[in-house]
Amino acid sequence: MLFLFPSAIFITIFLIIPAVWTLYLGLTNYSLTGLAAANPKFVGLQNYAKVLKDPEFYNSFKLTIIFVIGSAIIGQALLGFIIAWTFSDKPGKLRSFVEVIIILAWMVPSSVVTFLWSAFLNGQNGTLNKIIGGQTEWLITHPMLSIIVFNSWRGAAFSVLLFGAAIAAVPKSHLEVARIAGASKYRQLRDIIVPASRGHILTNLLLISLWSFNLFTPYLLTGGGPGGKTEILPIFVYEKALRYFNFGIASAIATIMLLINFVFALIVIRRGKQK
Amino acid sequence: MNKTRKRKQKWTLKRTGGRASFWMFTFLIIAFFSTPLLWLVFAPFDLTPRLNIKLPTLSFNNFHEMSQNPYAIHSLLNSLLFSVGTGLLVICVGAPASYALSRVKFVGRDLFLYILLLFSSVVTGTAAMVPIFLLCLNLGLINTFYGVILVMGGGLLPAAIFILKDFTDSTPKSYEESARIFGASSFQILRNIVVPIIRPGLAVIFVWAFVGAWGDFLVPFILIRAPERSPAAVLMYSFYTEGGQAMLTTLAAFALLYTVPVIVMYLYVNKRYGFRFYGGIKG
Repeated sequence: MLFLFPSAIFITIFLIIPAVWTLYLGLTNYSLTGLAAANPKFVGLQNYAKVLKDPEFYNSFKLTIIFVIGSAIIGQALLGFIIAWTFSDKPGKLRSFVEVIIILAWMVPSSVVTFLWSAFLNGQNGTLNKIIGGQTEWLITHPMLSIIVFNSWRGAAFSVLLFGAAIAAVPKSHLEVARIAGASKYRQLRDIIVPASRGHILTNLLLISLWSFNLFTPYLLTGGGPGGKTEILPIFVYEKALRYFNFGIASAIATIMLLINFVFALIVIRRGKQK
Repeated sequence: MNKTRKRKQKWTLKRTGGRASFWMFTFLIIAFFSTPLLWLVFAPFDLTPRLNIKLPTLSFNNFHEMSQNPYAIHSLLNSLLFSVGTGLLVICVGAPASYALSRVKFVGRDLFLYILLLFSSVVTGTAAMVPIFLLCLNLGLINTFYGVILVMGGGLLPAAIFILKDFTDSTPKSYEESARIFGASSFQILRNIVVPIIRPGLAVIFVWAFVGAWGDFLVPFILIRAPERSPAAVLMYSFYTEGGQAMLTTLAAFALLYTVPVIVMYLYVNKRYGFRFYGGIKG
């Protein structure tokens, strides 16, 4: 039990206290500037009422859902599954080459990849425009699409590796029998591979959705702009907290985010248990 | 006769069609994932780097220019300090906890671990930014190395314990039992028996924490104000001229130097232990 002590202290200070503190701050009008900075007052659920009346919040929420569906579910999970499945029966060399490139995109520090992408998407000199022969300022004309493609590119490796492991674990004999019985590739996928990797699929969807939902990195690409068009919830909280120093409101939004995370996780885990 | 030939023809056609589309798909995947990265291969060695990818006029001028920047090398050292500190912290605090959790059974232990894991992946993000900032402000940890290391370590700890527990679960108990008969203390058992056995796990966790801390932008961005204490992740965003143009020469060289350690570590882990998923993360 003594061995648990340091961890318990750490987790209490740096995880549990901040979480409880967020709950508390959400109920005050605490800020770094003005009168409220000197003596923050308890304001009950006022912040929540304000947030829930704020059209900017709903806009941000909508953008976050689009971001999660586009980049996590379609861009990472679906594309990752297709890649893992396509290469599951291919020679090791080709497969590991593709995997290494996808993993590199995942390993390179986020400050570097966001710069690489802003250079890649640049209107005048960006590589993408040089290839397709255009002058589009992608980050300005298609900001949401840009961060969705970026995050799919960035995070696909996790799904590719996880699904690769899942597909490799499907007993070879089952697939053999299906093939002899004349099942098409699609039928093999639907009736054998997907049911066998159900656990992995749910775990993967849960983790990458949560990660994308709480991801701050798009800020480095668009700064939430232009004109708030990519202001997903993490960026929204950041702006409220560290640009306007409105800690009460920011904490209320953060609490709502935590709640959404937990409800979502609960639903996925329960569905996983039902089978 | 004719019929079978036709069928055969159709079959080969379908097969070559499938093969062509497979190669098309492979090409697209490779192009999509590698093109944005190629800049990092060419631009650092280009005499006149541009935003687009082009074959370089070979030169090491960019590295020279980068070394003139007062903060560049320093920030890489800061990153190293943060990463090593976080890695060591996570191992030293996480290993005993994972050992204890794998030996002591209590009701709802696995559920408890799951909730903790979920909790950490949620809380360490933007949601807890405000209290983390205030916590460090009150503890006097703003602008300090400790602050960053403690916050990053705290965030990584639950996942580290979760993965390490898998390793400690697989160490044979008989070793410990015989050691205990000879009067070894729990701490001695941990240090002399468990740690040597789970060393690969510790190495993986160290590298994982190192890479996580090395790339982390948000925590130092919030907690560090002084440029001479900024890590590379934050400094990347200061290489701009007064006109707001990116200083591509310095940036290219710096980005490469900042990226290489992570890739070297990945290659090392991949070669030594194989890059795969450990039990805990599977469904």
